[in-house]
Amino acid sequence: MRTRCLQAAGAAVLIAWSAHARLGAQPALSQSPPPLPDAYASTYKPFPSRTTVIRNATILTAAGPAIEHGSILLQNGKVASVGANVNAPSDALVIDAEGKWVTPGVIDTHSHLGVYAAPGIESLQDGNEVTSPNTAEVSAEHSLWPQDPQFDLSLAGGVTTMQILPGSANLFGGRGVTVKNVPSRTAEGMKFPGAPYGLKMACGENPKRVYGGRNTAPQTRMGNVAGFRRAWQSAVEYRDSLRRWKSSGSDPEKRPARNLQLETLAAALDGEILVHNHCYRADEMATMINIAREFGFKVASFHHAVEAYKVRDLLAANDICASMWADWWGFKLEAYDGLRENIALVDRANACAIVHSDDPNGEQRLNQEAAKALRAANEAGLAIDRAQAVKWFSLNAAKALGIDKVTGSLEAGKNADVVVWSGDPFSVYSRAEQVFIDGALMYDRRDPAKQPRRDFITGLTPPGGER
Amino acid sequence: MKGALAFVLMVAATVSIAAQAARPASRQAPRRAVPPAPAAAGEAIAITNARIFPVAGAPIERGTLVIRAGRIAAVGAAVPVPANARVIDATGKIVTPGWIESATQIGIVEIQSGADGTTDQATTDKELSAAFDVVDGFNGESTVIPVTRVEGITRAVVVPTGSGQVLLGKGAMFDLSGAQVPASVVKAPVAVFANLGEAGAAAAGGSRVSAMLRLREALQDALDFERNGLAWAAARRRPYARGRLDLEALQPVVRGEVPLAITANRASDLLAALRLADEFNLKLVLMGAVEGWRIADQLAARQVAVVVKPLADIPTFDALGATLENPARLSRAGVKVILSSFDTYNARNLRQEAGNAIAYGMDRDAALRAVTLDAARAWGVEARLGSLETGKDADAVVWSGDPFELTTRAEHVFIAGREVSLDTRQKQLFEKYRILQ
Repeated sequence: MRTRCLQAAGAAVLIAWSAHARLGAQPALSQSPPPLPDAYASTYKPFPSRTTVIRNATILTAAGPAIEHGSILLQNGKVASVGANVNAPSDALVIDAEGKWVTPGVIDTHSHLGVYAAPGIESLQDGNEVTSPNTAEVSAEHSLWPQDPQFDLSLAGGVTTMQILPGSANLFGGRGVTVKNVPSRTAEGMKFPGAPYGLKMACGENPKRVYGGRNTAPQTRMGNVAGFRRAWQSAVEYRDSLRRWKSSGSDPEKRPARNLQLETLAAALDGEILVHNHCYRADEMATMINIAREFGFKVASFHHAVEAYKVRDLLAANDICASMWADWWGFKLEAYDGLRENIALVDRANACAIVHSDDPNGEQRLNQEAAKALRAANEAGLAIDRAQAVKWFSLNAAKALGIDKVTGSLEAGKNADVVVWSGDPFSVYSRAEQVFIDGALMYDRRDPAKQPRRDFITGLTPPGGER
Repeated sequence: MKGALAFVLMVAATVSIAAQAARPASRQAPRRAVPPAPAAAGEAIAITNARIFPVAGAPIERGTLVIRAGRIAAVGAAVPVPANARVIDATGKIVTPGWIESATQIGIVEIQSGADGTTDQATTDKELSAAFDVVDGFNGESTVIPVTRVEGITRAVVVPTGSGQVLLGKGAMFDLSGAQVPASVVKAPVAVFANLGEAGAAAAGGSRVSAMLRLREALQDALDFERNGLAWAAARRRPYARGRLDLEALQPVVRGEVPLAITANRASDLLAALRLADEFNLKLVLMGAVEGWRIADQLAARQVAVVVKPLADIPTFDALGATLENPARLSRAGVKVILSSFDTYNARNLRQEAGNAIAYGMDRDAALRAVTLDAARAWGVEARLGSLETGKDADAVVWSGDPFELTTRAEHVFIAGREVSLDTRQKQLFEKYRILQ
C-alpha cells in the first residue's frame, strides 16, 4: 500500500523529467510557452570520483528491506548495484564498512541555507522579501550565498541535497531552488540539474501577522485566501493569453507582455514548478486543497504541517506530501497541537511523510529527528521499521522535490548520493563518516582534507583547536 | 490490553533484523494505561534489579532504590525491600536521578507568538530589571510541564528574558510536578541573570562598552545602597540609576550569596565577565559560553560553573569558534560543565543534547553529572537534589534503556518521591486521532 504513493510519484514530475530528457546533456527547466532561454541554468558538474565498493554494511536503501552485510557499488557517479552479493571491478576502491550503516544521501525539503546564512547578521537576511504579500517573482537562487558555512555543517550531517526556500512572510514567497550540497563559487554551480523549481506559499499566522500589522491586506485568514485566489485567477488568465497567442501563430510582435510574477504561477499551474506550501493547521490545508482544485494546480508538499495527522486521509487521497518536524510544537497557536506521532501517522495513512528542518541546526541531524519520530511511532503502537523511516529523509523528500527518479534511494541507475554512518543512523551516537554526491567523496570525517570549508570560515578558526 | 499485546507481536514480526538488534524487545512494551496512584504518606517504593547510576558513587549493576516519604531511604546492591513496599521490577532498566534543565522559560510562557496574554518571561517596563522575578509569573499548570517531565526532566531553572536591560531579573528552580507556587519552588532566586556580548550590547545602546558600564553601575549602586540605603530613602544620597526594587534584588549578589549568571559567548566577552566577577567579588555562573573551550583552563582554574548548549555549533560573530566539541573540551579541562537545552517547548530534548555531547567526545559520566549533580551544585541545591543518595529528595527515573539514546523512554518518573503521571495533552490528542472519525 505504501508504494502506491511512490508509484504515483507525481505525474507532473514524470512529465517534467521527460521534458528535461529532450534537452540533452545540459538540461534546463522546461518553460511555459513561449520558450525562453534559461539564463540561470545549472552549471553543476559532478566532482571527480572513482569506482568504489562499500562492503559489509547494513544498508537501508529506501527502496526495500534492510540488507545485512550488504554491498553497494558506485560507478560513474551512479549506483551500479546494491545487495548481499555485489561484484566489483578489481580496480575499485574497497571500503570495509563492517559495523557501519549506509543510507541514501539525506535530503531536506525545507532549508534556508545561503539565504539566511551564517553568521546570521543583518546584512545576510536574504530569505524574506517582506515588501508585498505576493513576491512570486523573486527566486531564492538570487539570494543564495554559496559561502554560507552552514553548508559544510549539513554535509557533515550527511545532507547531499536541499531545497532552498524563501521565507514564509508572504502568501507567495517566491521560487525555491533545489541544490546539491557541494562547494561552489556560484549558486548555479550548486543547482541540481533538471530539478524543478519550487513555489513557496504560506498560509496561516505569518502573512496575516506581517501585513495585518501594517494595516494592509491580508489581515485575516480569509484575507489570505482572497489573496491566493486573486493571484491564481490572474495566473490562469496569463497562461490562457499565452496559450491563445501560441495557438494563433506566436507572432513575436503580438506576444503578451511578460510578467515575472505570473510566469512563476503559470508554470506552477502547468506542473513545471512544484508548489511548496507552509501550512500548519488541518483546516487550512483542506482549504488549500480546495484552492488548488479551483484553479487547477497541485500542492507537492505542505510544510511544517503540524496538524497533518488530522487530515492524513486528505493528503493520501490527493497525493500530497507533508514535510514535518519531529517534535516542534507550541510556539504559536497553529503549532499548539503538534504531536511527535505526526510523521508516523501520516506515513501509516499511506501518505508521503517527510522529516524536514527549516533550521540550520536541525538540518545537520535529520537522522536524529527521524529517530525521535520513529520512537514515538513505536511507543504508540504504530509499527514502523528503520527501512521505512529512512524514506522520511530520502526517497519521500526526493519525491516532493520532483527528483525521485534520479536520487533518494539506493537503486541501480540512480545518482550515487550515499552516506556511510558510523553505526545505526537512528542512534544519537552515530555520525556520518563519509558522504558521496554523484559518486564523489565529498566529506570524510577522518580526513580534514576531505572536509570542505566555505570561504567565510576559512582563516577564522581560533587558535587552540579545530572547530 | 489485548490490542497492546497484538501490537507487540506485530512489531516483533515487522521490524528488520537490524532494527531488532539495535532495539531490545523490552522497549516495545506498551505505555502504561493506568495512571500511577500517588504514594500514600509513608508508603515505601522499591525499584529493584535496576542498573542504578547514583551519580554520587559508582554504578550499581543490580541494585535497589527505596523511596519513602519523599526521600531516598536507601540505595545499593544489598538493600532489603521493605515489607509492604510497592515494588517496581526494573530488570534490564536503568535508573538515574531526575534530570535538571538549567535554562528555560517553562511555566512563564505558554504560547510564544500571537498570544501576548500568555507570555510572562519579559516586560516592556523599563523601570524593572534585576527585581523581575519569575516566581510571580510561574504557572504550574502549563501544558509544557507534562511534556517535559515525561522525558525524565524533574526540575527546571526558569530564566527571565529581559526588559531591554542588561540585567534580566531573578531566575528560580521549580519542580515539574505540576504544583503551583510556592509548593513547586525549589529555590528562588537561584541567580540574577544578565547579558553581555551581543545581547548585552543590544540592550545598552548598541555597544559592549555601555553594557559593561551599566552592569558596573548597577552593582556599584547596589553596594552604595547597602551602606547608605536609609540616607537614600531620606533623599540625602545621590540618585541611583536603578530603582529600589532592582537595588534590593542585587543585595544578595553583591554579598556573594546569589550568583550573577551572565550570558556571554565570545571568548573576549567571557573574559569580561570574569573581570567583572573579580571586581565585585561575585559568585559567577556563565551561560552560553559557546567559545568557552578557548579559555577552558581559566574557567577550570576558577571553578566557574558553565552552562552550555551542546548543539550550538553555528558560527556567528558572537561565537565564531562554535563547535560541537565545546562540552567535551571544557569537561576534559576540568571545567564544571552543565548541559542545557536553552529551550522551552523542546527542553524535553535535553537528552538528545547530552547524547550529542557524548557523541562529540564528552565522557558519559560527566554528561550525566552535567544534567544532575553538577547542575544541582551550580544552582546551590546539591544538598537536596542531583544524586541518588540517602536522605535526598527522591527524584528518580526508570529508563527503558540508555537514557542518552533517542529511542529510549522514561517508564517511571518520580519527583520528590511521588510518581508523576506520564499523560500529556499531546497523548490525549494522539488518542483522539489514532483513528480518524
